[in-house]
Amino acid sequence: MREKLILTLGSLGTVLMLWVIYRVFLGLPAEILQGDIYRIIFIHVPAAITAYCLYGVAVIASVGFLIKRNFVMDSLAVSCVEVAQVFTLVNLVTGSIWGRIIWGIWWTWDLRLTSQLMCFLLYLGYLLLRPAVSDPTQRGVMSAILAIFAAADIPLVVMAIRLKNVRTQHPQPVLETGGLDPSFVAPFVVSMVALMLIGTALVLIRLQQESTRREIDSLRRELHAV
Amino acid sequence: MSGFSAAIAIASKDLRTELRTKESLNSAASFALVILVLFSFAFDLGRDEFLAISGGLLWLVYAFAGALIVNRSFARELPNDCLDILIASPAPGWAIFLGKAFASFLLLMIVELISLPVFGVFYNVPWVDSFFPLLLIMVLATWGITIAGSAFSAVTVNVRLRELMLPVLLYPLLIPLLTAAMEMTTALMNGESLGGSNSGGLRILTAFDAIFTALAVYLIEYILVL
Repeated sequence: MREKLILTLGSLGTVLMLWVIYRVFLGLPAEILQGDIYRIIFIHVPAAITAYCLYGVAVIASVGFLIKRNFVMDSLAVSCVEVAQVFTLVNLVTGSIWGRIIWGIWWTWDLRLTSQLMCFLLYLGYLLLRPAVSDPTQRGVMSAILAIFAAADIPLVVMAIRLKNVRTQHPQPVLETGGLDPSFVAPFVVSMVALMLIGTALVLIRLQQESTRREIDSLRRELHAV
Repeated sequence: MSGFSAAIAIASKDLRTELRTKESLNSAASFALVILVLFSFAFDLGRDEFLAISGGLLWLVYAFAGALIVNRSFARELPNDCLDILIASPAPGWAIFLGKAFASFLLLMIVELISLPVFGVFYNVPWVDSFFPLLLIMVLATWGITIAGSAFSAVTVNVRLRELMLPVLLYPLLIPLLTAAMEMTTALMNGESLGGSNSGGLRILTAFDAIFTALAVYLIEYILVL
């Protein structure tokens, strides 16, 4: 049942993504100010939004684990964080490529870039902590607490970077300002849906691996007891 | 015994142990001095250039020393299972935590107050005129460092590679706090006041302290009683 779901979500996401790639690279014309490099936005922004959604789910699952002590919640949290890290990395790398072309530099300590990198580093600590703890309950509680602390820290990071009065060079969010050309809307939305589907499929695969790992762990402990 | 008197008892116990053995106080203070000396080899700057980065350097030293001090805070209780006895005692979890955080706070303040004049003498930085505003920043930021640090010290106390794991987890979290403290300290060193455009940093420090004190006090039961 679960395999079928993963397969359906994954293949649906892949088909949609193929359509987006076809549309973005062969259908749409070059943009008047940026030329061809603007096409990166159809991956860059949806990847960031998918990552935020997954981080959100991870924090909710972490709170759920602290209250209910259900290990599925812990597995859900770590699966979401891992997949979100991948999407954050996609967002950072595509943004960096865009910056190299448009700004002439790979990186600048701009508000959006820095806060995204901080988000990545905070949850990198989360992923580093987990293998260092052997007891499953302990591991779950520690990582849940870390996830909650990291989530509380992100608004402060944004406030602190604003202090430095760096004028942001990052383009204004096209979704809020309504600056997206009508012909761009469909590939943009479809790309977002496709990445969400692929992200969900990846989370489900990781969830399955986690439950197998838990099973192996408990069998091993049983063996030790015998 | 009420929670607060338990917290005071724990804090005075920690301080007494520390002042008798001086293990983390001596190492943190000498570590701070070594780093201060290293700066003179790392940078070859004119006075104005040095003043422009003075706040950043000073807070790097304090953050390094802080990690050393909070690392010992809970690790000190591991031999002879003292931590288990503390948890089993009638003192509530938050009182143990606040007592330990307060002891670390005082120890880090001592290290900071020792290294500040040394910094002033070595690098000809005018800190005496703005000592009291600087003290305000130090108190607020040091409380933030110790409260987040003690929480992570409790989280990582049973983790392999504890000494390594704590800074990896703690420093990304401290970035908003350190940014604010660095910006305001640099402003003070350059003869500016804390009011006006510099007051944003105070808000961040207060927000960080309030948010993480509340979170840590609320979550500490989960951390200690796994």
